[in-house]
Amino acid sequence: FADLANVSISEDIPVEGEITVPVGSHTLDEDFSTLDEPVKDTIMRDLKAVGKKFVHVMYPKKSSTLLRDWDLWGPLVLCVSLALMLQGGSADSKDDGGPQFAEVFVIIWFGAVVITLNSKLLGGTISFFQSLCVLGYCVMPLTVAMLVCRLVLLAGSGTVSFIIRLIVVVAMFGWSTLASTAFLADSQPPNRKALVVYPIFLFYFVISWMILTFTPQ
Amino acid sequence: TITSVLSSFAEFDDAANLLAANPDATTISIDEPADVPKNQHGRRQEPGREEDDELLGTDDSDKTELLAGQKKSAPFWTFEYYQTFFDVDTYQVLDRIKGSVFPVPGKNFVRLYIRSNPDLYGPFWICATLVFTIAVSGNLSNFFIHLGKPTYHYVPEFRKVSIAATTIYAYAWLVPLALWGFLMWRNSKVMNIVSYSFLEIVCVYGYSLFVYIPTAILWIIPQKIVRWVLVMFSLCLSGSVLVMTFWPAVRDDNRRIAFATVGTIVVLHALLAVGCLAYFFDAPELDLPAPVIPAHNVSTVITKSR
Repeated sequence: FADLANVSISEDIPVEGEITVPVGSHTLDEDFSTLDEPVKDTIMRDLKAVGKKFVHVMYPKKSSTLLRDWDLWGPLVLCVSLALMLQGGSADSKDDGGPQFAEVFVIIWFGAVVITLNSKLLGGTISFFQSLCVLGYCVMPLTVAMLVCRLVLLAGSGTVSFIIRLIVVVAMFGWSTLASTAFLADSQPPNRKALVVYPIFLFYFVISWMILTFTPQ
Repeated sequence: TITSVLSSFAEFDDAANLLAANPDATTISIDEPADVPKNQHGRRQEPGREEDDELLGTDDSDKTELLAGQKKSAPFWTFEYYQTFFDVDTYQVLDRIKGSVFPVPGKNFVRLYIRSNPDLYGPFWICATLVFTIAVSGNLSNFFIHLGKPTYHYVPEFRKVSIAATTIYAYAWLVPLALWGFLMWRNSKVMNIVSYSFLEIVCVYGYSLFVYIPTAILWIIPQKIVRWVLVMFSLCLSGSVLVMTFWPAVRDDNRRIAFATVGTIVVLHALLAVGCLAYFFDAPELDLPAPVIPAHNVSTVITKSR
């Protein structure tokens, strides 16, 4: 070690270079340049990101896209379309009917927030909006089930149609729960996984019940 | 226990003797992490401790007060403070649920299962499950009762969910608040040996509501007798959990007040069960052939008069 003490940098050797953070400067450049791009490009980029996440929900493999680049557009679109389709359930009196738009909206968002808080309080390492994003995107199978139910109800509302609707809703409920568990379970402490998964199960069960009991006018 | 304390003293004695004989030696003792933290974190119950967990729980009431103070040290505006109320594992929650469904006579639920680690997970999610179970079961039961009638049109009755939620959450949080306030007030007048914190009372009430969940599912059966038997049975189970928890807290008080308190607890619990049954579940109707008989009489009268 004594030899190294004699090393010194002479003035002949130029010391130069760039100190930049490659990733940071990239996004900085992009931020400045996206102002000039056509609006269509901006919208298409976001739409593609949302579409990619839909595909990830349909085939839930171990991918971190849903978690890393979270967004809440997809959940909003799904929630609004589900609430619109669930509206208009009939009743003789206002009190006995199905859920109204605002009720479905509140149940989905309030339910997702409560489940996220629950998982964070139990010691989960996932961030608040990532969890909201996953729970919202995993409502998609149930939205598809609602669409199918409405189409089946157009054809008729007898026992056969009820059985078809029951099978479809149960299958989509299982899909939703499994998809969201696949994304969320890893971020939980191992001896509390069941405590975190159960509220997710309850959440999708309530949504499935609302879909199954939908009766048109 | 006293035996464990004595045995640990014995270990120290041995170590001290060894050190005295050979001062340069280093003694390594390998034992379990000390017994005291086991009490603190509510780990799985050892069979030997059951003698300590009698109804009074006087031996660890001092310890639990101290430990309760040690646990929640984060200021209330931080997230960590609220995390201390969710410091339970899956098996602990399952144990507590099991303890509320199979109450052992003579064992206090709070001392046995909660042991200064009250959680809010159980009360909150058991109430949520109960709300949706009652609403869904009521809807299903009404559907089956009125099925087949030509004038019946199925309705989802979604309004009842919000009513159920308000009722059950109000019961599970306001009644413990009132009870806690009452017990604190009596504590200031009469020195009670056993006192509970607000969270422990919320915890007991929350877990005692668990037995109503399978009861609500079984209420789908449209037989009056079956439903009332279920009401009695579940009331006995969950009521006994509450009574065995709160009797030690009031029995040092005036006799009348003690009985009135425990009586009110049971009556409110019964009111909840009966009220839910009456509001959410339509009465199963009996099909009487009454409309048929007058027509038959009229026709016989007409034929006779001819």
